[in-house]
Amino acid sequence: MAEKCELFEPGHRACGGCGAALAARLVTKAAGTNTIVVSSTGCMEVFSTPYPETAWKVPWIHSLFENAAAVASGIEASLKKQGRTEKVVIMAGDGATFDIGMISISGAFERGHDFTYVCYDNEAYMNTGIQRSGATPYDASTTTSPAGKCSFGNKRPKKDMPQILAAHGAPYVATASIAYPTDLMQKIEKAINTKGPCYIQLHAPCCTGWGFEGDQTIAIAKLAIETGLWVNYEMVDGTVTKVKKVVRKPVEEYLKTQKRFRHLFKPKRQDAEIAFIQAIADKNAEKYGIDIKLKKE
Amino acid sequence: MALAVGCRARPGKARDNKTGSWRVFKPSFDDDKCSKCGTCRTLCPEGCITEDEAGNFVPDYAFCKGCGLCAVECPKDAITMKQEEK
Amino acid sequence: MMQMLEGSHAVAEAVKMSRPQVVSAYPITPQTHIVEALAEMVANCELDAEYITVENELSALSACVGASAAGSRTYSATTSQGLALMFEVCFNAAGMRLPIIMSIANRAMGAPLSIWNDMQDSISLRDAGWLQFYAEDNQEATDLHYLAYKVAEDHSVQLPAFVCFDGFILSHTYEPVDMLTQEDVDRYLPKFTPYERLDAADPISFGMYATPEYYLEFRYEMDAALKHARDVIHKAGKEFGTMFGRDYSALVEGYRLDDAETAIVAMGSICGTVKDAIDEMRADGKKVGLLKIRVFRPFPSEEITKMLSHVQHVAVLDKNISLGAKGATGLEVRDALYGTKIPVRNFVLGLGGRDVRKKNIREIVALTETGQGDLFYGLRREVL
Repeated sequence: MAEKCELFEPGHRACGGCGAALAARLVTKAAGTNTIVVSSTGCMEVFSTPYPETAWKVPWIHSLFENAAAVASGIEASLKKQGRTEKVVIMAGDGATFDIGMISISGAFERGHDFTYVCYDNEAYMNTGIQRSGATPYDASTTTSPAGKCSFGNKRPKKDMPQILAAHGAPYVATASIAYPTDLMQKIEKAINTKGPCYIQLHAPCCTGWGFEGDQTIAIAKLAIETGLWVNYEMVDGTVTKVKKVVRKPVEEYLKTQKRFRHLFKPKRQDAEIAFIQAIADKNAEKYGIDIKLKKE
Repeated sequence: MALAVGCRARPGKARDNKTGSWRVFKPSFDDDKCSKCGTCRTLCPEGCITEDEAGNFVPDYAFCKGCGLCAVECPKDAITMKQEEK
Repeated sequence: MMQMLEGSHAVAEAVKMSRPQVVSAYPITPQTHIVEALAEMVANCELDAEYITVENELSALSACVGASAAGSRTYSATTSQGLALMFEVCFNAAGMRLPIIMSIANRAMGAPLSIWNDMQDSISLRDAGWLQFYAEDNQEATDLHYLAYKVAEDHSVQLPAFVCFDGFILSHTYEPVDMLTQEDVDRYLPKFTPYERLDAADPISFGMYATPEYYLEFRYEMDAALKHARDVIHKAGKEFGTMFGRDYSALVEGYRLDDAETAIVAMGSICGTVKDAIDEMRADGKKVGLLKIRVFRPFPSEEITKMLSHVQHVAVLDKNISLGAKGATGLEVRDALYGTKIPVRNFVLGLGGRDVRKKNIREIVALTETGQGDLFYGLRREVL
C-alpha cells in the first residue's frame, strides 16, 4: 500500500475529517493510474473540481446527477472499440445511486458493462445540506426528515442496493468501510479486475451531516460495523461469500455519538425507537451471520 | 490564463488552494513514540502526510486542516493536537 | 448512386458511412426506423460500432457524452418526448464541447400527446448551444449528417449538432436520394481526432464546475464558437459541393427571391410545398419568393437581413409556437429586420401533423399582403 501513488491531491475543499475525501484517496490509490473516473454531482464532485482547481490525477468526468452509469457505459463502449485498457470507475454518492440514478444504474447493470460502481454512502444528500435519501437509516434526522414534536426522523430503513444489483446479475458486489482501508482497497481491486458491472458500497461517515467531530470519522465507521447497523460483506454471483464478523455492541453506542440521533436520547430516551433500531441490527446479524460466537468456558 | 475549452483542467491546481489556513488545531508528531505503522498517512483525508528519508511521518502543514483524525487513530498516541497560535 | 430509400434508411446509411464508434439507441416514433436499421447493420457486420440499447433517452445522450469524451465519434437519434427527457444532458453536452451528432425526426410535443410532425421539439432547445440543421428533403437529411460531423468536430467549433428532418413526412417517405459511397465519405470526413479526451496518458478533469467568476466567459466562448461555425459551414459545405456537386455552404437559400415583393420564410419539408405554390403564383404574375433557412443555429441573421432587404412583405411560417408569444422563427426574423420598415407577419401552422397545402400558402401570401398575420393559420373555429 505504501508503494501505490496518491492520485487525489490535497487542496480540495472537503470538510476536515471528511469520510468521502478519504474514500476518494483510497479508491484512486487502489485503482491506479490506468483508470477513468466518472463522478456524479455531489459532495465529492464539488469539493474536488472548482475550475480550475482539480484534485484528480486520473482522467475524470462529471456526468450530471442521475446518469453516471450511463456516461460510464458510453466510455466503456468507446474504450472497447478503441482497444484501450483503462478501467472505468464510477464514484457517486448515495443520493445519486439509491434515488435519482436508479434508472441508469439498472440499465447499465442489466446490459452488463465492464465497470466498477463505487457508491460512497454518507446516508443523505450532503452536498445540498443534509436531506434524506434512500440510504438514510431509520430515525436519522435530516432536513427533509427532521425529528420534531411529532416525528422521530426518517421513517424508512436503508434500501438494500447491494442485493438489488446482485439481482441484476452483477458478478461481484461488496460493502466496505473507510474504517478498514486495506479491506476497502482489496475489494476495489477485486471489483476492477472482475469483468462485468461490479458494485462497491462504502460507508463514509460525514461529520458535518451526522453531527460529530471530524476526528471521530473512523471511530464512528467502526462502531457502525460493531453494532451491526453496517455489515461488511462480499457477494460473488449473488451469493454471500465473506462477512466481517464482530463481537456485537448495542446500537445505542453508535447512535449516541451523532447529533442526527440525539432526539432518541434527549429530552427523553425513546426506548421503543431504540429497540426498533436494535431489531434492524439483530436482523442484519442473523441474515449475514456476523456474530462471533464466544465459547463458553 | 486562457479558459480551457469546456471547463476542463489538467491536474495540479488544487494545490494552489492552501487549506492549511483552515486549521484551528495543529498536529504535532512525536517520532520517538511512532511505530511507523503508516496509519496516519493512510487515513488522512487530505493525503498530506508523507514519509521522509528517515522513515518518519510528516504532515504538509500547507494543506493540513487540523481535523485530528491522525491523532485519534494513531495506535501509539504519538500525535497530539494543539491549538495553533496565529 | 441514386437510390429509392425511406428517409430513415437513407439517414441510417449516412450514419453508417460516417463510421461512428458508439451508437446509443432508444426507440421513439418516428425515428425508430433509423436505430433499427443501424442495429441490423451492426448485426450483419456492416457497421463496426458498439451499439448500446439504453434504458431511456436521458441515458442515450449520456452514453454519447461518455463515448465522445473518451474519444469516439458517436451518434444517437430521438424526437419530441425523448428529446425533452434529455433536456439537461443537451445543455451538458454542449457546455462540455462534445461534437455529438443527433438526428431529430421532428415531432410535436405532448400534451396533447401527438406522434405527428411539427418542429416544437428541436426549436424548444434552440438555447442549448447545439448547431441546428433543417432538411427540406431526404437528400438534405442525408447529406447534412456528413456536414454536421465535419463542422461539429472542427477544433474551432467543438459543439454538438442536431440534424432535423420532419417526422413521417421525410422519415417515412421514399424519395430518390443520391447516396455517396464509403470512399466518398472517407474522403470528405476524416477520422475523428478529438481536441482532448479522457486518457490515462494525459489525465484531464472534464466538466468541472464554474464559479460566478468564470461562468459567463465559458458561455461567451460557446456563443462565439457557434457563431464562428458559420465560417466552418461555408468551408465544409463548399467542399462538399466541389466533391459531390451539392453545395451546402449557405445557411439559407433563396428561391425566386431576387425580385420578390413578398417573401415567405420557412424551414424543413414545408419548403417543397412552398416552392410549388410559388411556381403557381409566379405563373399568375405574382412576385413571390422563398427564403429557406437550412441552418437555424447559429441563426443566419445577416443573410436574412441582406436577402430580404428589398421585399415589401414577409410571411414567416412556423411549425412551432412559443406559447404566450409567437413562433420562434417569426420572432428571430423580425429581429433580423429590426430597423427596416418591412412588415414581418408570423403564421403558426402545421402543428401536430396538420397538413399544409399549396392553397394554404397562397392564402397566407394573400393575408400577408393585406396586413394580416401573427395568427394560428388554419384554426378550426368550429371545434373551439
